[in-house]
Amino acid sequence: MAEIADTHGRAAHAEATGGYGAHHGGAPGFFTRWFMSTNHKDIGTLYIIFAIQAGIIGALLSGLIRWELADPGLQVFVQGSFLDHLSHLGIPGVPEATKHGYYVTVTAHALIMIFFMVMPAMIGGFGNWFVPLMIGAPDMAFPRMNNISFWMLVASWIMLLASTMVDGGPGRGFGGGWTLYPPLSTIGHTGPAMDCAILSIHLAGASSILGAINFITTIFNMRAPGMTLHRMPLFVWSILVTVFLLLLSLPVLAGAITMLLTDRNFGTHFFDAANGGDPVMFQHLFWFFGHPEVYILIIPGFGMISHIVSTFSGKPVFGYLAMAYAMVAIGFLGFIVWAHHMFTVGMPINLQAYFVAATMVIAVPTGVKVFSWIATMWGGSLDFKTPMLWAIGFIFLFTVGGVTGVVLANAGIDYSLHDSYYVVAHFHYVLSLGAVFAIFGGFYYWFEKMWGVRYNEALGAIHFWITFIGVNIVFFPQHFLGLQGMPRRTVDYPVAFAPWNHLSSIGYAITLVGLGVFVLVLVEAMVRRRPARANPWGPGATTLEWTLPSPPPFHQFNELPVIHAESH
Amino acid sequence: MQSVFSRMRRRALGIPAAVVGLAFAAHAFADTVFGQPVSGAISLQPAASQIRRDVIFFHDDILLPIITVIVLLVLGLLITVMVRFNKRANPTPARFSHNTPIEVAWTVIPVLILMFIAIFSFKLLFEEHDMPKPDLTVKVTGRQWNWDYEYPDQKIAAYTSTPMSESDAANGHVPYLLASTAPMIAPVGKVVRVQVTAEDVIHSFSVPAFGVKIDAIPGRLNQTWFKADRTGTFYGQCSQLCGINHAYMPIEVKVVSQPEFDAWVASKKAPKATVVAAAAPTPAAAPATAAPAAAH
Repeated sequence: MAEIADTHGRAAHAEATGGYGAHHGGAPGFFTRWFMSTNHKDIGTLYIIFAIQAGIIGALLSGLIRWELADPGLQVFVQGSFLDHLSHLGIPGVPEATKHGYYVTVTAHALIMIFFMVMPAMIGGFGNWFVPLMIGAPDMAFPRMNNISFWMLVASWIMLLASTMVDGGPGRGFGGGWTLYPPLSTIGHTGPAMDCAILSIHLAGASSILGAINFITTIFNMRAPGMTLHRMPLFVWSILVTVFLLLLSLPVLAGAITMLLTDRNFGTHFFDAANGGDPVMFQHLFWFFGHPEVYILIIPGFGMISHIVSTFSGKPVFGYLAMAYAMVAIGFLGFIVWAHHMFTVGMPINLQAYFVAATMVIAVPTGVKVFSWIATMWGGSLDFKTPMLWAIGFIFLFTVGGVTGVVLANAGIDYSLHDSYYVVAHFHYVLSLGAVFAIFGGFYYWFEKMWGVRYNEALGAIHFWITFIGVNIVFFPQHFLGLQGMPRRTVDYPVAFAPWNHLSSIGYAITLVGLGVFVLVLVEAMVRRRPARANPWGPGATTLEWTLPSPPPFHQFNELPVIHAESH
Repeated sequence: MQSVFSRMRRRALGIPAAVVGLAFAAHAFADTVFGQPVSGAISLQPAASQIRRDVIFFHDDILLPIITVIVLLVLGLLITVMVRFNKRANPTPARFSHNTPIEVAWTVIPVLILMFIAIFSFKLLFEEHDMPKPDLTVKVTGRQWNWDYEYPDQKIAAYTSTPMSESDAANGHVPYLLASTAPMIAPVGKVVRVQVTAEDVIHSFSVPAFGVKIDAIPGRLNQTWFKADRTGTFYGQCSQLCGINHAYMPIEVKVVSQPEFDAWVASKKAPKATVVAAAAPTPAAAPATAAPAAAH
């Protein structure tokens, strides 16, 4: 357990002398505090609130998708429907009720969940809140650049919503998939919506790159005395690996989408075959970013699960070094497997064989992590509080998603499953049932610490169970649809696919109820205002954030703690 | 006494025998449906080619058992851990965080499992790319939102295959969004080389019953092949988002006997003969239809 020196003296002194930070606890006035923040905890809070609102919008969009696909034929994205009436009200983000509008919905759903929900929640939210606390630092290395990252993301969000409101070419908004493949995203979408989307992704990418610089500098330079890299908590390791992936992959995405922009507007022909360009080159550039991106979406989750499982087993994480370096290995390998997303483009056979082999290798460090979490629980004293429910759910469901990934890694069978609902099922298992479970787990785990009030344990458990049942009913049948040959990104389907589609949509309705329970958890906690404890979880919670009050003071660790032993 | 029992035993054996017999008979009457999805089915569409048969073997007999065991193992371990080590059953947690033999095991055993999978995986992959000498070449061109099929060796000009309307499909008792107005015709038991390109955006040519999928990319001529081992109609759908009617460009391959194929070729060529004669003053028209790739 780390030892902490008194950190309250400085804050009281600042309050007594007045001036900046004269308010209670050293915090500035409302506008300065929330719109010009240089405080990692406040910026973390901004990111989490941002992620919640974006997640609700992304979830509503997927509701439109499941509503349309519940039965064969066109019911929602067709003239005269409920959506048709809603879409004429001028609300940003509401797609038009046409087939094009369906593809805008599918595209926006993915972009929102990836760039405006999962990443802000995990990296901007939990990363900002807890990396400085866990390493015993008073704040991030570049507190003002931290704020720039957040507000750039807000600008990016506005641009994306704007893109749904302007002409895309075939209709309002861009409907070419989050993967943005040309020529559909160039000659196939001649309106400004795609250019707005490109600018949105530029802003989000720049926001993340600046954040990566911030986290790398902070973690390498601001660890408290005695906290060597090998004593660092696993969540900090996970953020360190993730931000290196961001730093190295995002510039390639930026290059690729800039080439789209110039192809569209400045007469270049990077992806225009008739003039010597190659549409497949975009795919290589995109997936060189895209594959590390999916590890960016899950590795912070791995970190959080390690903390939660350790805390609620009352045992240290099994095999700490293996866990840390498994994440490093997954991150590194994630850069050399990208073309497994492209097995059907007509790649030479030997290249395909390489990517099959490299992709399968990633299963090894991932398996090490799954078994190590179980070994952490083995011999422990398990307490099934809400965060632990999400963590155990994660371990099982991420394994299911992972093994279908092993199936898809084999090009020989990928020819039968590529661009089918088997792929949709795979990535939703690792994302909606992996990353999202980890986010909810982290949210409940650090709820008291962040908000200073307690959540209702029974409501939390109900949220978990309804969501668990719901998302499995949404996505498990989609494996069957994919095996039977249903292509993805289709607004309608042959009648034989109807039964599993219908069941999948019923699962959505259940999941939506779960989302409602989550809102209830938030409201109930805000209304009842039960005071939080510094450490609600007992001796299993061994990292530095639990030594601080809940919520922590505006400034902490003005006197650095000195670490004498493992802090994980 | 004994004869009463032996009569009862014979009757007792007879009933399950009858049930099994009926089951076999029922199976004989329940035909496997080829070339299209089946309502409520949970497996890969059955094989109409050896390649597809090998794909199904790799999935159903190698991959699926392995991943099922892994998932059940993890589930079993989680349940065990939750039952044996919950805080009521085990109030004092252990402190261990290492066990070198088990760490070695759960690294090495997955490697061995992956190597086992890789043997079958590479065998399948290289088999799929080892096209025998083709008997027939069909050139497929995808565009927003239909397919062109052309038979350059038989000098059959490209014809367009559009989706059959919902009412026509219902009247013809064929599946809507799978049935087309002009299928690709192929002879059974012959190696068909399929060369695929696109005119505008990226599409993807796919026929699940043959285990075939290859992207249709403008400016690029991709190649795949199939050898159908039964006659029938086999459907697929465009498999790369290509715009608003992506879901409305089905692929239909009708596999017929060699004599039927020859008759169809003859029927496609016969009217063309008179067209060529009429178009004799403008010979440029013929080369243009035979080599549309040049336009890219």
